[in-house]
Order: sequence, then structure tokens, then C-alpha cells
Amino acid sequence: MTILLNRENRVVVQGITGRQGSFHAKLMLEYGTKVLAGVTPGRGGGRVDGIPVYDTVAEARDLHNVDTSIIFVPAIAAYDAVMESINEGIKLIVVITEGIPPNDTMKFVRSAKERGSVIIGPNCPGIISPGEAKVGIMPGFVYKKGPIGIASRSGTLTYEIAWELTKAGIGQSTVIGLGGDPITGLTFIDVLRLFEKDDETEAVVLIGEIGGDAEERAAQIIGKEIKKKVVAYVAGRTAPEGKRMGHAGAIISAGSGTAMSKVKAFRDVGVEVAERPMDVPELVKRVLRR
Amino acid sequence: MKLFEYEAKNVMKSYGLPIPQGSIAKSVDEAVSVAEKIGLPVMLKAQVLVGGRGKAGGIKSASTLDEVRSISSALFSLKIKDESVESVLVEKKLNIVKELFIAVTIDRSEGLPVMIASSMGGMDVEEMAKEHPESIVKLHIDPRFGIVPFQARKVAQKIGLREKQLITFSDIAVKMYKIYEELDAELVESNPLAITDAGELIIADARLNIVDDALFRHKEFQELSLKRMPESTELERLAKSKGVRLVDLGGDIGVIGNGAGLTMATIDVLTYYGAKAACFLDVGGGASAEEFARALTPLIEYPRVKAILINILGGITRCDEVARGIKKVYEDLKFTKPLTVRLSGTNEEEGQRILREIGINTFTSIDDAVKNVIRQVSSNR
Repeated sequence: MTILLNRENRVVVQGITGRQGSFHAKLMLEYGTKVLAGVTPGRGGGRVDGIPVYDTVAEARDLHNVDTSIIFVPAIAAYDAVMESINEGIKLIVVITEGIPPNDTMKFVRSAKERGSVIIGPNCPGIISPGEAKVGIMPGFVYKKGPIGIASRSGTLTYEIAWELTKAGIGQSTVIGLGGDPITGLTFIDVLRLFEKDDETEAVVLIGEIGGDAEERAAQIIGKEIKKKVVAYVAGRTAPEGKRMGHAGAIISAGSGTAMSKVKAFRDVGVEVAERPMDVPELVKRVLRR
Repeated sequence: MKLFEYEAKNVMKSYGLPIPQGSIAKSVDEAVSVAEKIGLPVMLKAQVLVGGRGKAGGIKSASTLDEVRSISSALFSLKIKDESVESVLVEKKLNIVKELFIAVTIDRSEGLPVMIASSMGGMDVEEMAKEHPESIVKLHIDPRFGIVPFQARKVAQKIGLREKQLITFSDIAVKMYKIYEELDAELVESNPLAITDAGELIIADARLNIVDDALFRHKEFQELSLKRMPESTELERLAKSKGVRLVDLGGDIGVIGNGAGLTMATIDVLTYYGAKAACFLDVGGGASAEEFARALTPLIEYPRVKAILINILGGITRCDEVARGIKKVYEDLKFTKPLTVRLSGTNEEEGQRILREIGINTFTSIDDAVKNVIRQVSSNR
């Protein structure tokens, strides 16, 4: 099994005629994802790499029974696009867009919860269940099917660690990029709960970074609700206070959100924390042997 | 983006919030003429974007025009946490009998806006939360509906206000939320919100920060943000002049990576081996040769940077393209600073071959690359 995504998901790409949307629609198709439709308002009736384009998500849903959407719409129109998917009953919504104002994100995250939709992102690489499907912008070749679940706040760092695992012969069940913004749809806690129930996942790797307290909150449920083994890595040990380290969410404010407080929270509940990204496979092997 | 106190107060005034009578002064003479106009005694407040201004002697009262002259002159030559004072706010001095606190901000943990109020204003908020947690009232607000006045009245009641003050406070709270919402603020704060001897509530101090990601829909702040570079160092200014955003970390190894997390992790590994990064510089995904050149230039020019480490994990980004970019920069700029490149992922073999041609050996692991750049720096010192 996998979580949230498998080969049966039926995907619509919002913003499919844009540079990013068209490029990644093709790569997702090549990976084997059922990309059935695209949406760009005003461009309905056309095609992108053979994929039919519609003006509204409603049309795509009615004609192709899509249940998953991926959003490449620019920040200025992203609120509209996400709300459209929520409103049309799309169950899994992956928001790739970077730079969405938090007031917009908070509104659609709230609405999604009420309507039973899951939002991944914003500002994320998406989700992949290796060998099944990918709904995102991650390079497929770094992943391999296996027993490790990964959740991460960063894109390329996830590829780095997934690849280290793959090279060490350790595959992954599902890998989710939660997103680098201060407010995201899915959190570490949500993903831990999903992996806990997934038979195929034997251990979970959490990749955190400075800013906020998502890691500290996740640590609070590990060992209580979460019985599976968890390994973590936290980026940004040397980040100065008050400076935004690339991601909108990666900022240490008034002493809170430091890497050390996150590392400590994990270690306090028995989670193995890697000093360097390349140490993750060894720690995973160690917890799997236990 | 942070606004100066006087800018925050101007915004608040335009929303009908009560602020002290006063004006901004850019020189000692201006300060004196403002004081003459509004009448003595006055408060003189250095305008800086960093915190801890009061403790650094940036806020003083003056009862005579001579005092206004001497104190404002001292303030203009003051440096607060490396920030120089370019303007001073001159305000009518209030007769404060009690200080309150009110703020609207984003609660990341809950994913909601939150209003925070306290009957213990004037203190450091962190301190207040630690020493008197019971004095702090929090109200989470559904961003889709905003605040309804009855919620604000409950907050006013919980911090012990009654009668006219309860109504005035809730009116202020509603307007502050309106500012938060309409301007996409990440912080709207008054600390203290003063109660005067006449029983009036007045915003004695104000803070207003706008979310950077929302500047696209607030053109007036967008322009201001481009002009203003708070807390930036020489290296950050140099980089910005070339159109590059980086964070100065004070060390001697320039770090460029693709992706924020990967770049941070690279710096962490560097630190793990006892070296110090000069900067955090994320070129993002799919950077072109030109973008690469732009990112490299400030690091090549800046003398403190003794060596450069480039860490690329090509996913969508193709390593051969990156390599061509590096090669172009290498040949065009003809720099001699040691360069270490980690290049892995899509088309890595072709990329490595291109770089080998110009004498750059690449690494496939962060660890090896980091060890190499440290060796280069130590032999270069």
C-alpha cells in the first residue's frame, strides 16, 4: 500500500498551458501517472501533449472523473484555483505554487478541511509513490519502491535523502513534500498518522528545517500514537535569527524555531536524528534492525 | 517587510485609530519646529527597524526646546544594533496611567490569525508570556469571516476593561484586524496601548510588518521594500546590486545550492567539519547559465570569500546545462578563486565531462565536496 496516492489516482493539471504546467504534465505522464485533463481558463478545447484542456475543473471532473489536482497557477491566482478544486470535490490537491500570501493559504486550508479535501503544499515538490505515480515536480529516478515513508519541508533536500536511501538499497513507500511556507495543508502529524496505518511502511523519515514548531509538535505524538520507528534530519543548524533562509517558513524568530530545539524535541522521544543528510540511510538501517 | 513606527502610525491613523499628536523629523531643526508646533513636553523616538530601541537609549522625553535640540542631536548620532538613526518621531508626551498590549499576527501552529491582548503592556512580549501567562488573552480568528465586534468585546472584558474603555478597546481591536487583513500584515501591534489620565486609549507605540509574499498586491509597500534594505551587510548589498539575494553568514566559504533545504544542509555539513560559510545562496530550480553567472559574481568579487562551493542536485535541472553555465562563467570572468562543484543527478556524466575539460573536478557527494573546499581554503590562507 501507499498513502494518499497510487496508480489509480486520476489527475487534472491546473495551469497546464504554462511553462511549468506543460513541462511537468509530460513528465508525470511518462512516470505512469494518470494525467487525464488540464485546466486553463480561456484555453478550453486545446491540447497539451495529447492531454485535453478545459476552462473549468468542473468540466474535467465531469468528463474524466478526476479526483486529484496539481496546481501550477501563479501566486496571484492560486487562491482562486485551489478554491475551485475544493469546490468541485477534488480529494487530493497538490499546490506547487510558491509565494502565496498566508491569508490566502489559511483560507483554503480551512475550507479544504471542512470539505474533506487534502492539500499538499503550497510551495512544495508534491507527492510520489515510487513505481505507482507521481503528482509533483520531483525527479522520478531518485526514488525506488520500498518500506520507508518520507515527509519533508524541503524539495531538493528530499531528493538528496531519498537518493541516498535508494543508493543504499532502501526504497520508499510514499514521499511527500509538505512545503516550505509557514502555513501548509498537510503537516508532519497528519502524515505520521497516515504512515502509521500503512502496512507497507516500516519506518518514517522526517526532514525538517528551521522555523515554526511543526517538528516539535510531531515529536509530541511520536511514541504515543506513532509506534513506527522515525528517523529525522533538520536543516539550518547554522541559520541566523530573523533571516529568511529561502523558504518563507524558514525563519527563526525571537529564539524560537531553531534547529537545535527541533533536534532536541526529536531526541527526547527517542527519534534518531542524523547529523548530516548522508547519515540517514545508516540510521534507517539501524532502526529497521531493532 | 518592517515599517518604521511613524509609518505604522500613519497607516493606523488612516484607519481611524487614535495615535499621539506628532510628526517625523529628519533633522534637529525639524525636531525643534515640530516640538514648537505641538507644544512641550514631547517624546523623541529614534526611528529604527530593529528591536530593543528603548534599552539602547533611543526614546527620551524633553521638556524644553533646548532639551529637544540636544537630545534629538544625540539621537541622530546614535547607532542601534548597527542601524543608524535617520529620523526621529516627535510626539506630544502622554500622561499614561496604565499600559495595555494588543497585537494581531499569524499563529503558524494553528494556521490561523490570532489576536493577542494583555493588561500588562509595555513589557517584552516573550517576557510577559513567561512571567504572567495568565495575563495574556488569545483569540483565534477564522480568516474567511474575519473578526466580529462581540469577539473583541470579550477580549476587552478578559483584560479587565469596562464601560467606555471596553467599547473603545474593541473598536481599536476590530480596526487593527482590518489592517491585518487588508494589508496582508504579519504583525499589527501596539505595545503599549496607553490609557491616559483622561481615560483615553492611545496607541503609544506601533509596529506593522507586511508579509513579503503579499507585496504583489500592495504596490505602495512594494516600492518601499525595493528601496529599503534593513539589517543588510556589505556582502548582501553587493549581491543585491547584482540582482542576487543572499544571506550573509560571516564566514569565508561562499555556498551556492539549488533549493533552500539542500543549501542549508550543505552549510550545516560545512559547519560540521569546522568551517564557516560566507553566505546562503539558493539559485533555485532550473537556473540558467546567466542566472548562475549573476549568482557567482558577488562571491567572486567579495574579498572575504576565499573559496566557492557549488552544490547541485539535478532533478528537473540538468547537470550538463549547469556545467555549461559554470564553464561560461569560468571562462568569461577568468577568476582564480578556488571552486568546488558537487554535481549529481540528471545527465551528471555529461556535466562532469564538460567541467573536467576546464580543469574542474566534480564531486558526487556533499561530504567529499565540503572536505575539498575546506582543504582549498586552508591552503589558501
